[in-house]
Amino acid sequence: MKFPRAAAIMQRPALAAGATITLLLAMVALVSLVWTPYPYTDMNIAMRLQPPSARHWLGTDQFGRDILSMLMAGSRNSFAVGFVAVGIGLGIGVALGTTAAVRGGIVDDVVMRLADFTFAFPAVLSAIMITAWLGPGAVNAIIAIGIFNIPVFARLSRGSALQVLSRDFILAARAAGKGMARITVEHVLPNIAGILVVQATIQFALAILAEAGLAYLGLGTQPPNPSWGRMLNEAQTFMHRSPWLAIFPGAAIALAVLGFNLLGDGLRDLIDPKLRRARS
Amino acid sequence: MSRLARAVLLTLLVIWPFAAHAQKDSVTIGQTLEPPTLDPTTGAAQAIREVTYLNIYEGLLRIDRDGKLQPLLAESWTVSPDNLTYTFRLRRGVKFHDGSDFDAADVKFTFERAMAPDSTNAQKWIFAPIARIETPDRYTVVITLKEPTGNFLYGLAWGDAVIFAPETVAENRTKPIGTGPYRFERWVRGDRVELVRNDAYWARIPAISRATFRFISDPQAQVAAIRAGDVDALSNLAAQEAADQLKNDANLKVVVGNTEGETILAINNAKPPFNDVRVRRAIAHAIDRMAVIDGAVSGYGTPIGTHFSPNHPAYVDLTGTYPYDPARARALLAEAGHPNGFNATLRLPPPPYARRSGEIIAAQLAQVGIKVSIEPIEFAQWLDQVFRNKNYDLTIIAHTEPLDIGIYARDDYYFQYRNPAFNALMAKIGTTMDEAERNRLYGEAQRMLTTDAVNVFLFQLPKIGVWNVNLTGMWENWPLPANPIAELSWKR
Repeated sequence: MKFPRAAAIMQRPALAAGATITLLLAMVALVSLVWTPYPYTDMNIAMRLQPPSARHWLGTDQFGRDILSMLMAGSRNSFAVGFVAVGIGLGIGVALGTTAAVRGGIVDDVVMRLADFTFAFPAVLSAIMITAWLGPGAVNAIIAIGIFNIPVFARLSRGSALQVLSRDFILAARAAGKGMARITVEHVLPNIAGILVVQATIQFALAILAEAGLAYLGLGTQPPNPSWGRMLNEAQTFMHRSPWLAIFPGAAIALAVLGFNLLGDGLRDLIDPKLRRARS
Repeated sequence: MSRLARAVLLTLLVIWPFAAHAQKDSVTIGQTLEPPTLDPTTGAAQAIREVTYLNIYEGLLRIDRDGKLQPLLAESWTVSPDNLTYTFRLRRGVKFHDGSDFDAADVKFTFERAMAPDSTNAQKWIFAPIARIETPDRYTVVITLKEPTGNFLYGLAWGDAVIFAPETVAENRTKPIGTGPYRFERWVRGDRVELVRNDAYWARIPAISRATFRFISDPQAQVAAIRAGDVDALSNLAAQEAADQLKNDANLKVVVGNTEGETILAINNAKPPFNDVRVRRAIAHAIDRMAVIDGAVSGYGTPIGTHFSPNHPAYVDLTGTYPYDPARARALLAEAGHPNGFNATLRLPPPPYARRSGEIIAAQLAQVGIKVSIEPIEFAQWLDQVFRNKNYDLTIIAHTEPLDIGIYARDDYYFQYRNPAFNALMAKIGTTMDEAERNRLYGEAQRMLTTDAVNVFLFQLPKIGVWNVNLTGMWENWPLPANPIAELSWKR
């Protein structure tokens, strides 16, 4: 896969917007590791429920914690969940999917029926089931979200791998005496990498949303570690008097999901013509 | 359809809403926790009493909305001069919901069941002083005590001393049968319990014909339910901050009352390092009580310094014993051999007062080096792991029973506080009949608990009741948790 040039990105406003938002959020997450306006766990009950001001740009919550600091630290949490959960899905899913494609037969059937089985449960519902079983917490939420990512990547990589496997250069490689494992690594994976990256970006957005959902239900990240979803949950009963408590984390979640979706869509548009050309 | 029929139908449609409104005689009450069972002798959960006490079940005596003792199934009683023999005259013509008669044998059965070694009654102290129970005739019960007991009658008024029929007692967990003004109709698990009026009730037939208790644990859902009229009353708002927003609603009345619920940071006194009084005192010094009250219950709680209700004449204000002083806390920890603090877990049951207090306390303890990890758990898990199996370091809970300082004299209670001097003091209070002397001894007991820093005593749980302005009779305070439906009525 050849990387698109910067100019090609700028010609696509959606892609540019998505990339900008994603990069900004990633920077915020990185900055929060070394600096936030206030320590995000610092409570100051005397300063509780302050509206946005010069001192607290986004106001304070019911314990007097700085919302901006919590949002910044929360972005770290969202990114961590996204990376690890998508990583689990990508790693296990692609391995299963390409194996199914290459081996075919009973292996293919078993893997695909398992994927169907996992798909039969709505993603967030299965994540709730898994956290109910493993107990609430950030790590378990990540595992739960990762597990429902597996069939997504398994199916996608199987379908794409089958297309690649039917092409002439694979035949040539086999004629040259390469084993199937080597062919998979050297020819199949590079050819499906583009579409996997696109899917990973979209799954990243879904993972952030799923984590926020689980945290909102009290099944995700536990206090005092900040999480956008839990901030939203805690804001509920204060909505009437302090709406900013809900508006800012809600906006952060929306922005992150929008950013990754735009990025994913844009990348797909960028990569698709190439795939079409390759297929013909 | 004939013209006449149409006219009738139209008239009905027009007057129907008015007719329905004028005749409203049902009530729906929202509460935070669902009872684990409907049998108050199966456990200490307050939610059981909120639904059943004085509605389904009745005792020989009752506590009224002012916290005073009143006769109920016992019409009257006499106490012998030596304070050892209580003779109760029972009310005649009282029937259980299954149609059987209430008589002295039921009282004997119920109390002996509660006294039995395998009894699961959460308040065995009520029955512990009983030496024997005699029933000279169908409507007389004579109870002889082992020694004079100051609180004996008071205990008999609790939800734990309500009278059951031997034939139906086994079913009470799910199909409760009592003598009360309301019969159990059905329990939709996770949602509601429905009661209907007992038209064969022995006293005045109450105004409300049907009552539904709905279990809504989410604070925002509670607010939405009362505003939408899905519930007519919330006996105690889960999120105190919502009170401000509901006060502006002309259809609702918000009443800030008090409870007997001491909210405490309970400490597992038997488990190191908490078995060291210096560690417990350090924890007490590390916690800023007022910050907890402001942050967790929007400032609605009354601070307490010991396990005693400020409503009681014997209350001693000990809130100044361990002032908020992180430096002193660190010094005490260092003295106890933990200069760098230690790790601990804080298990939190679902009510928002507990979850929020927990977050604040975890942050405050972190300031002195105690790294607390928070574990939110469901109420059933809390009862099982913390309360029964004592598998915890720290937890936060409100003890809503009135005058329950005696729990500290139970060596196997989940605090695992074992102090023979305290137990002796409690025994002495039990046999002291003079009220002034008893109150003095209660003061001594309060000081002992505070000196030993058994738990961190935080605040008295408020009762923020919200109900429809046209509903009258809800209890404004909770001398004990109860929602007697028979006292409710709708304004015309």
